[in-house]
Amino acid sequence: MEPGSAFFMVLMAMIGGAIRVSTPFLFVALGEMITERAGRINLGLEGTLVLGAMSAYATSYQTGSPWLGVLVAGLAGMGMGMLHATICRLPKVNDIAVGIALMLFGTGIAFFFGKPYIQPSAPRLPSIPLGGWSDNPQVVEALKINPLFIIGIALAFFLAWALKNTRAGLILRVTGDSEVAARALGHSVGLVRLAATGFGGFLAGVGGAFLSLYYPGSWNEGLSSGQGLMAVALVIFARWHPIRCMLAALLFGAAGAIGPALQSIGITQGYYFFNAAPYILTLFLMIGSAGSKKALRDAPGELSLTR
Amino acid sequence: MMAADSASLPSAPPAGASRARALLWLGHAEALAIPLLALLVSALLFSVFLLMLGKSPVQFFQLVWLGGFGTAFSWSNTLLRAAPLMLTALAVAIPARLGMTMIGAEGALVLGGFSAAAIALPMIGIANPWLMNAAMMLAAIAVGGLWTGLAGSLRRYRGVNETISTLLLSYIAIAIMNFFVEGALRDPADPNKPSTRNIGAEAMIGKIPGIDVHWGLAFAVGACILLYVLMLRTTFGFACAVAGGNPRAALAQGLPVGRLVVIASMIAGACAGLAGFFEVAAVHGKANASLAAGYGFTGILVAFLARHHPLAIIPVAILFGGIAAAGGIIQRRMGLPDASVLLLQGLCFVVLLASETLYGRLRLFNPALRTERT
Repeated sequence: MEPGSAFFMVLMAMIGGAIRVSTPFLFVALGEMITERAGRINLGLEGTLVLGAMSAYATSYQTGSPWLGVLVAGLAGMGMGMLHATICRLPKVNDIAVGIALMLFGTGIAFFFGKPYIQPSAPRLPSIPLGGWSDNPQVVEALKINPLFIIGIALAFFLAWALKNTRAGLILRVTGDSEVAARALGHSVGLVRLAATGFGGFLAGVGGAFLSLYYPGSWNEGLSSGQGLMAVALVIFARWHPIRCMLAALLFGAAGAIGPALQSIGITQGYYFFNAAPYILTLFLMIGSAGSKKALRDAPGELSLTR
Repeated sequence: MMAADSASLPSAPPAGASRARALLWLGHAEALAIPLLALLVSALLFSVFLLMLGKSPVQFFQLVWLGGFGTAFSWSNTLLRAAPLMLTALAVAIPARLGMTMIGAEGALVLGGFSAAAIALPMIGIANPWLMNAAMMLAAIAVGGLWTGLAGSLRRYRGVNETISTLLLSYIAIAIMNFFVEGALRDPADPNKPSTRNIGAEAMIGKIPGIDVHWGLAFAVGACILLYVLMLRTTFGFACAVAGGNPRAALAQGLPVGRLVVIASMIAGACAGLAGFFEVAAVHGKANASLAAGYGFTGILVAFLARHHPLAIIPVAILFGGIAAAGGIIQRRMGLPDASVLLLQGLCFVVLLASETLYGRLRLFNPALRTERT
């Protein structure tokens, strides 16, 4: 392949784009995976993502430290997750509906407090240049990697190990598969789910921080367009496994990077179509994976999504 | 209200039919009291929030009253917003009666409105306005119905979760509209905002005589009444209620649950599409990004507050239409961001869903709980 050709440029832009675009998917999907493994669905992660993006940007602007912004975003997300878990703990409350409500609520808080931060520019997260070995500018550009991406990949492997090999992972899986068994073992179903949903919210908040502090790298009201929701579908497609979640997030990142990659070589026609590519991909993946025997086998037993 | 309820309740439980009737009325009172209580609690929480920001809650609610319901002008503003809200709320409520949570009204509204504007393009200035409006309305209803019907079919044939698929379809619908509006169907005469060509003043839907609101309001109220009759007074509606309550029992009874799912989702999409038609033909005159104004999302809240009852949707939609109409004046007079309406809506929604836990647990409405204790 000859470097500099249009195909090579698109390919490099897509690889770079996939790494950038997939990071929020990766965090939200891992968080939602943990929540769902505990037997609960949090559809409100879309709102959590927006709230995380806003609070990270605001914190970074006020304190000058983007990493503090990431932490605050995570804590804000954790608060949203724990609110979800607390409401769902009440009897007769539907977790999907509460998720929709928190989607609106989180977006409402973020837009309300985020208004003054649309204009100013906040310090952004640094990136690690891993493309120094190459003298090709496209390769260098594509391999500027954000530390959060590396953390996310490491987290996927860690969670895969922890779910299988630690006591906490076992308790989580038992709670998700059978409330009765969890109670018989002496664990509080509500507490486990509170922790799992709070953890999921934390990760979704961090995913939001990536959006506003790295890529696209600014705060505005149209920042998140369904990534939080697509991540929920992605978890189903990945059949609740951390490593498959990571691979699916990369796939989604690549799909999301098609539009901007083509734009980079001047193809703007059909931009809106390519923008819709991740949604269409999600829908097809759901058609393919829903109701399949494999999905039903791997689904946590207490999950209301796979009725 | 609570006092009146307990006063009308006889101290000794009546026997037979009158007892059944009393229980039925208690159920209705409970379904009215708990959402009202939720609204009250959210208003209180929002007041505390405003106080923490150093703003006056009294002024806020006075402005909501003034901007939404205080004058004839604000009423017409309110009803203008209430009309699409009624239709998008129906789009959530009808599938909900079958136990489905479909939240894609925003997309069906946008795509319906866009189809209406698109089918009007070759007719602008030539066709009879009545014919043109009829074609536009049919296109909007058909496209909206098919769009959401797609989610219903995916649910029926593939078991795809309808909540996620409807929301994904919403994003796709908005992308489809943008694709055409910024490309093939863009009006070259309008350099500012990408839009389709204006359908022309003579083709615009007029106002209902006597009030300053377009005919969409009458159609929306009509749709609420029609769907009330369909869902609560016909065998079709009863079959839907059975399928929603217990799908297995419905299947055992030989009810065509799968077909009901698809039909209900098509009705839902048709309602949202109709809302899109009126947004184009009575408000904007063309299709552009303003169609995605959030009516689909507020409609979800309206439907849940109305407990998915088509007639209850009418007053709830008017209430939230009023709050939305007051957004501008609140922004100007109190210096609050326009998102304060969104925040209030989100808060109402969260409190409302938390209040669902109270059903069947308040002794006031459930005499059986009282006898259990003794």
